Amino acid sequence: MMEPGLYHMLFISATLFFIGVYGFFTRRNLVTMLMSVELVLNSVNLNFIAFNKYLWYDKMDGLFFTIFVIAIAAAEAAVAIAIIINLYRSHNSIDVENAEELKY
Amino acid sequence: MPGLPLFWRGNEGEAIMPNATYIALIPLLPLAGFLMLGIFGRKYFKNTSGVIGTTLLLISTVLALYTAYGYFFEYGKIDGVYQKLIPLKYTWLQFSEGVSIDMGIIIDPISVMMLVVVTFISLMVHIYSLGYMKGDERFPTYYAFLGLFTFSMLGLVISSNIFQIYIFWELVGVSSFLLIGYYYDKPSAVAACKKAFIVTRFADVGFLIGILVLSFYAGTLDFNTLIERLTSAESTEFKTAVAASFMGMSALTWGLVLVFIGGAGKSAMFPLHIWLPDAMEGPTPVSALIHAATMVVAGVFLVARLFPVFAISSPDALSLVGYVGAFSALIAAVIACTQTDIKRVLAYSTMSQIGYMMFALGVSKYGGEDGLGYTASMFHLFTHAMFKALLFLGAGAVIHYIHSNEMKDMGGLRKYLPITHITFLIACLAIAGVPPFAGFFSKEEILLAAYQSNQSIYWVALITSGLTAFYMFRLYFSIFWNREAHVHGEHKGEGGFAMMMPLVLLAIGAAAAGFIPFGHFVSTDGARLETEFHLMFSIAPVALGLAGIFIAMWLYKKASDKPDKIASSLNGLYKAAYHKFYMDEIYMFITQKIIFNLIGRPAAWFDKNVVDGLVNATGNGTKDISETIKGLQSGKVQQYAIYFLVGVIGLALLFIYWWN
Repeated sequence: MMEPGLYHMLFISATLFFIGVYGFFTRRNLVTMLMSVELVLNSVNLNFIAFNKYLWYDKMDGLFFTIFVIAIAAAEAAVAIAIIINLYRSHNSIDVENAEELKY
Repeated sequence: MPGLPLFWRGNEGEAIMPNATYIALIPLLPLAGFLMLGIFGRKYFKNTSGVIGTTLLLISTVLALYTAYGYFFEYGKIDGVYQKLIPLKYTWLQFSEGVSIDMGIIIDPISVMMLVVVTFISLMVHIYSLGYMKGDERFPTYYAFLGLFTFSMLGLVISSNIFQIYIFWELVGVSSFLLIGYYYDKPSAVAACKKAFIVTRFADVGFLIGILVLSFYAGTLDFNTLIERLTSAESTEFKTAVAASFMGMSALTWGLVLVFIGGAGKSAMFPLHIWLPDAMEGPTPVSALIHAATMVVAGVFLVARLFPVFAISSPDALSLVGYVGAFSALIAAVIACTQTDIKRVLAYSTMSQIGYMMFALGVSKYGGEDGLGYTASMFHLFTHAMFKALLFLGAGAVIHYIHSNEMKDMGGLRKYLPITHITFLIACLAIAGVPPFAGFFSKEEILLAAYQSNQSIYWVALITSGLTAFYMFRLYFSIFWNREAHVHGEHKGEGGFAMMMPLVLLAIGAAAAGFIPFGHFVSTDGARLETEFHLMFSIAPVALGLAGIFIAMWLYKKASDKPDKIASSLNGLYKAAYHKFYMDEIYMFITQKIIFNLIGRPAAWFDKNVVDGLVNATGNGTKDISETIKGLQSGKVQQYAIYFLVGVIGLALLFIYWWN
């Protein structure tokens, strides 16, 4: 069995990223869109970790960055869910196509 | 002024400087009055504003007299020559080395004389207005405006810098505008104040260009330096100013002529006189102050201020002053004979007398005996301020009593207005040049000066002096004699102490001011000028004056149809004079038909189509672009995300491309 290298990691990360982007563009449910965003964020985390491990294994910067991103993602999720709940209260729906009033 | 010395004595050999503090207070007190009454007057000083304004001006007058006493008798002279002192000089705007706009005070014989005249006449008018304007709705505003005017006029006369004088020049213009338009609910007053402002502004453009020309060549804006540089034939400034020529006249002459145009506008010289008769729409005391005694002589003062430059360096410009003055004097006197509104008669008389002052300057030369015209002009300015202010205030008393400006509503008032009658008579005798009243002395000097240097002007002046006597006594007899008075309603008397006291004081001035040996104080070079009195020479003007008076008496003492007969026998001339030689119509024709059609309309077309077109095109273009691209902001979050993604990918590609 082959030891997984940097390119494997990057491949997985890129796959996750585009799955997230695809989900973000195609889903109409806001919660699902939020989940897609989390996928994108985690693909970035994977990138950080991979680069840290394989290129600069004597440093910790990539790990720290990842921890930051996880913390901020948690905060962002809390805010996003609060917005979604408020949207539901006023529109009785969490479909993104029902929230299009903010335009020209 | 305890604790404040009258003047500072410098070190040995240095000029003595008067104390600037109290001289600066002379104009600043009326300014304080203006600010106080203008801002708080309507709320807090509804009834006391007149007393406040008058008190402040009384202090100013005392200070002005104190200054005059100090200057003329204590410290002004060095070796028998009055000096031009600069007790205060504050550099305000420095443009370059040597060129700056200063705020300064110049103390020389004419500025000191004007300080006395302006404060005294203004004080008289302030007191008079206490009675005349009593009960007026905007009493505090009126006194605030009077304060503003007095401040500006005093600032004008003590200006040490040609640009400073211009600033105050415009300030007197605007206060004149405000006071002419004081009764702003009267359409004629509104039209008159606009006319006065526009005509004088138009002339001031000439003044401004003249200032620029003069200061460009002299390299300074300071009066003393400018005069010094432009009068000495050796200085480089003088040589370049004379060498530069434009349309056959040297730059120096152009500069002086342009400055004179400004002065002519303010002093109502032909052909810029059309605003003065209309300015009579203002309250009568204002006419006395601004349009008779002080502001309208600003033009004379300006020429006198620059007189050395006129006389030494540019005789052409000076003779223009002379001819314009003489022509204005004559034409105004002719018009005055036909007018029926008493204030308009006085307005034309003012114009005529200012013409006298102007041509007196015009016939004068610089230095010694030849400078008689200059002294005479200033003397006439002084005496004229007295008797013309008196005439206006007297006319104001008549108007106050009869509620009309028209001669036909008057007559036989001598029994009802005894004090006004006597004082008015004194003023009429003074202006007609009957000895021993003030006007006789100053007019004699002017005639003598004209006789010695320019015969044609002398004859014009002589005829004018006869006409002056005639129209003044036409006015006098029409108001106080002619037919029986038909005054109905309540008789409220002459208008109280406040209105009578200025009349009496001014009458004393008009009767006695002629005995001041004016040449001892004011002359071209500051040295003492002995004015001789020639009995033989006076016979002609006095005889003409008396003849004018008797003709007026014959025609107007009793109501008769003689004036009408004479008028109809002089049909064309009378009509032309009655219509002021159609000057207003000519102006209307030029402005409406020629300027409006040839310049105004094309300019309006250009503005509407080209300027507005450009502005509208900018607006419409922006609007159209917005219309087309507003769809981008759709409100769909995912669409925005796509833009964002495309943008990021685009940037990423760009970076990759650049890195390679």
